[in-house]
Amino acid sequence: MHVLETKDLTLSYGEQIILDQLNVTIPHGEITVLIGSNGCGKSTLLRSMARLLKPQSGAILLDGEAMMKLPTKEVAKKLAMLPQGPVSPEGLTVLQLVKQGRYPYQKWYQQWSSKDEEIVRHALHSTGMTELSDRLVDSLSGGQRQRAWIAMTLAQDTNTILLDEPTTYLDLTHQIEVLDLLFELNEKEKRTIVMVLHDLNLACRYAHNIIAVKDKAVFAQGKPEEIVDRELVKSVFHLDCEVVPDPIFGTPMCVPYGKGRHMNGVKNSIEHVLSR
Amino acid sequence: MKKYTSVRAFREKFSFLVDHKAFKYNVSFLLFLCFLFLLSAGMGEQYFSPWKVFNILLGNSDSFESMVVESFRMPRILISILVGISLAVAGAILQSILRNPLASPDVTGITGGASVAVVLFLALFSNDSNVLTVSIHWMPLAAFIGATIIAFLLYILAWKNGLSPFRLVLIGIGLWALTKALTNLFMILGPIVQASQANVWITGSVYGSNWNNVQILTPITIGLLIIAFIMTRHLNIQELGEDIALGLGTKIERQRFGLLLLSTALIGSAVAFAGGIGFVGLMAPHIARKLVGSSFGNLLPLSAIIGAILVLLADTIGRTLFLPIEVPAGVFTATIGAPYFIYLLYRQRNA
Repeated sequence: MHVLETKDLTLSYGEQIILDQLNVTIPHGEITVLIGSNGCGKSTLLRSMARLLKPQSGAILLDGEAMMKLPTKEVAKKLAMLPQGPVSPEGLTVLQLVKQGRYPYQKWYQQWSSKDEEIVRHALHSTGMTELSDRLVDSLSGGQRQRAWIAMTLAQDTNTILLDEPTTYLDLTHQIEVLDLLFELNEKEKRTIVMVLHDLNLACRYAHNIIAVKDKAVFAQGKPEEIVDRELVKSVFHLDCEVVPDPIFGTPMCVPYGKGRHMNGVKNSIEHVLSR
Repeated sequence: MKKYTSVRAFREKFSFLVDHKAFKYNVSFLLFLCFLFLLSAGMGEQYFSPWKVFNILLGNSDSFESMVVESFRMPRILISILVGISLAVAGAILQSILRNPLASPDVTGITGGASVAVVLFLALFSNDSNVLTVSIHWMPLAAFIGATIIAFLLYILAWKNGLSPFRLVLIGIGLWALTKALTNLFMILGPIVQASQANVWITGSVYGSNWNNVQILTPITIGLLIIAFIMTRHLNIQELGEDIALGLGTKIERQRFGLLLLSTALIGSAVAFAGGIGFVGLMAPHIARKLVGSSFGNLLPLSAIIGAILVLLADTIGRTLFLPIEVPAGVFTATIGAPYFIYLLYRQRNA
């Protein structure tokens, strides 16, 4: 069963075609990561899957139904989207922000039902934001702020969450914090997660399924350990590298060639490391 | 200490979350407004204490006292309150849909558009002795149309694959200048008497208010206010930005269109009766935001109350402090408002 599926999807900005007749499927209950070089259209693909962009032609199926034909509020109950670098208005508390995730379920006279309360509470709890719920969003650290936004998408109570580069502007510690959180949401609550990530190594560590986008098309799709190798990195990112197992996780890890200081006394340090 | 109360009634058909702090602020400012109301009604050449005013309003007074308070002062006070509410709520709405704290009825040129329409209305429908040839009931409509035209010009000119708040404000300032020029032009083309009257009115004054005005404005303001409160949750979502709003399932263009019309209606009706009382739509929502944050369920009522306080205070000072000269309320709001605007600009620079 596929949660999301694109059928001959063509996307364009004006005259310029970004993605051409694309067919991809997003498997249910897994973490899928879109990778590709800058400007390859991976964010565009993600945005269109969240109906933020209208396709030029083709269709996107959500649980087998054409998404553009569904009422947008119904879509919002099945699919949440966190865009890149969201900005919260001044003076909004975490609770007030997270509450907004209930929007598709509410009416003007019905804004805080017991169910709303229960789900908002759960969202705050899963993201570890309960203690911080009265703090202003702009007063939080980068990682906490991102967790607050993720809590908002959780309050939307959808099976699928799309995230556009959820780790940009975060330092390494906070990147791991956010990705761990998403991993747990997938493990414990079986949510389908689709995101764009820049860091290939982290993508390989967290993703069950990788979609590599290149030249307006899908270059490869599959398990990281099956598809990520020297050739893929060379083709998709135009980068020479070695792919070695991650020393902790065993997932593919990309070590690029290039200039730098050689500590091994050998010119070709990569070959040296590999031969050890 | 508990910070929130969940209010639920009729098997949860109605449910809201009440923020204690915001609730307290709203109640205290409302009480202050009531006090100011009584105080203002007692001030003037003939002074009455607030308690005395309270009794006069209940009918325990002689005919002279009730005439001074009820016929002379009351219409003006009520118009001040209604106009303050309208401008403040319109400002809060604009700040949400434009996602810009500097957006306000004045800066976007919408007040200016309403002013042009009113000056034009007066010029077109006055006879030689400066008496209106049509009912004054039509004036708010003219102002509304003027405000709406400018709002749409703003929308069309600033449109480019969506609306960037930055471009919207820049173009708004251009339109502001344009409407200023047009108003001046129509004033110069009109008779001299009208020009001097119009000048007072454009500065923003509730000087000429009478019960007839109150009767026209009250239902308009209350009606629009109710719509604004029904729309609060859309305002909240609009402020999160276009992508988030779309993701949460809003019909964003339609909502923004509706909210824009709502704010021009509020501005139009306010300008028709009080001219361009400046900066209230900028300051009131801003002060309110500082106190209760930016959730519109808390922000909108407090903005309205603070707007009413600002205009009422400005008019009370204007008509009492320099007796026998009357200073238009708009002069006072501008004296506080202009530095406030500069302060906001300065803070944006640092942000």
